[in-house]
Amino acid sequence: MYDFDLQRPKDLDAAIAALADEGAQPLSGGQTLLPTMKARLAAPERLVSLMGIDALRQVRRDGDVVRIGGAATHGRIADALADLLPGLADLSARIGDPAVRTRGTIGGSVANNDPAACWPAGLLACDATIVTAGPDGTTEHAADAFFKGMFETALEPGHIVSEVQVPLGQAVRYEKMIQPASRFALTAVCVARRDGTVRVAVTGAGGDGVFRWTAAEDVLTDRFDAAALEDASVPAADALLSDIHGSGAYRADLVAVLTRRAVAALAKD
Amino acid sequence: MIDTTLVVNGTERTVPTEARTLLVDALREGMGLTGTHVGCDTSQCGACLVHLDGAPVKACTILARECEGAAITTIEGVADPDGTLSSVQQAFQDHHGLQCGFCTPGMIMAAIALLRDVPRPTEAQVRHYFEGNICRCTGYHNIVKAVMAASGQVVEPVGA
Repeated sequence: MYDFDLQRPKDLDAAIAALADEGAQPLSGGQTLLPTMKARLAAPERLVSLMGIDALRQVRRDGDVVRIGGAATHGRIADALADLLPGLADLSARIGDPAVRTRGTIGGSVANNDPAACWPAGLLACDATIVTAGPDGTTEHAADAFFKGMFETALEPGHIVSEVQVPLGQAVRYEKMIQPASRFALTAVCVARRDGTVRVAVTGAGGDGVFRWTAAEDVLTDRFDAAALEDASVPAADALLSDIHGSGAYRADLVAVLTRRAVAALAKD
Repeated sequence: MIDTTLVVNGTERTVPTEARTLLVDALREGMGLTGTHVGCDTSQCGACLVHLDGAPVKACTILARECEGAAITTIEGVADPDGTLSSVQQAFQDHHGLQCGFCTPGMIMAAIALLRDVPRPTEAQVRHYFEGNICRCTGYHNIVKAVMAASGQVVEPVGA
């Protein structure tokens, strides 16, 4: 990779200041960005590491929500959420592999919004709030508004994902069909149920990245039973990703199967 | 170039680095510690796995300067100074957990990290933990067997 200037600020204000230059880019765990730079698909002039900012690495309960720092790693989140949101802890514990989970962060995952990443589906299903920080302070985005398309989010240049807030009191289940070479999701579904309302988010299938399967949400909110899904129209195959790993029709089938499995598992609990 | 100091296998070592210098290159090129291997260079294969403050990381996908002041353990720090193999290394030898040996440094470091967290893992736990470590020789069975044996569990001996 081409060389660059590396800044390692100790607090958020210093990080935002260092990101003001054009050509600067935040670096968290680097599990996607560094391979991308090695392949010369990205060549930032400056990287501003967020990994030395303790405040961004914490996970803590605050009343009815859990606040996850943008630079908290998948491994730390899996441990911290084990009792609070076990289904989301399980999602975090199955990202990549143990070494990737030591470094990779939730902020990096949601900022990149890879169409096959796990966190966008988990956070969309859980109706999370994504907090971004920039020169003018912080902004809260509903997950529905944050994930805009394939590798596209509401994050602006010079801003970072500083925190993710997930409402507690929901039952969550993530079902993933793994793509064995990349260990990303080939297709995966996250189902979250809170106060009788059900949200279903799908990753690894949408042509525009993560999306909600609202037809399934409607039938499941009426009757939380895997059999109810027979009445939900499946996403159209020609609107889904199609590549050498799986056709749109195959992915559409996976969406239905994985959702059924998630609902069956949650209904049992 | 600026100096970067790491505590490698218990010894403070300082090497000149560029911002883009990867941890694995600081270890191999800067310090001559070539036991940590570069297989894929894309964080898929795990041959470069080392411990950063006790946690497993892929040394090909972390900048050396990000590790400033941190404790790094590599395969060179695993055996006793007199060359006596660690229990994990010995188990790999006893159970034929390697053939060509290229992936082995990463396998050993992953096994040590696993057994620290889960002292008596099930076979399924071992296989899940090793998702990020690729071996193209063994078919994994003897690696799994070696890790189970290193945890003190009884496994069938390998035939001659």
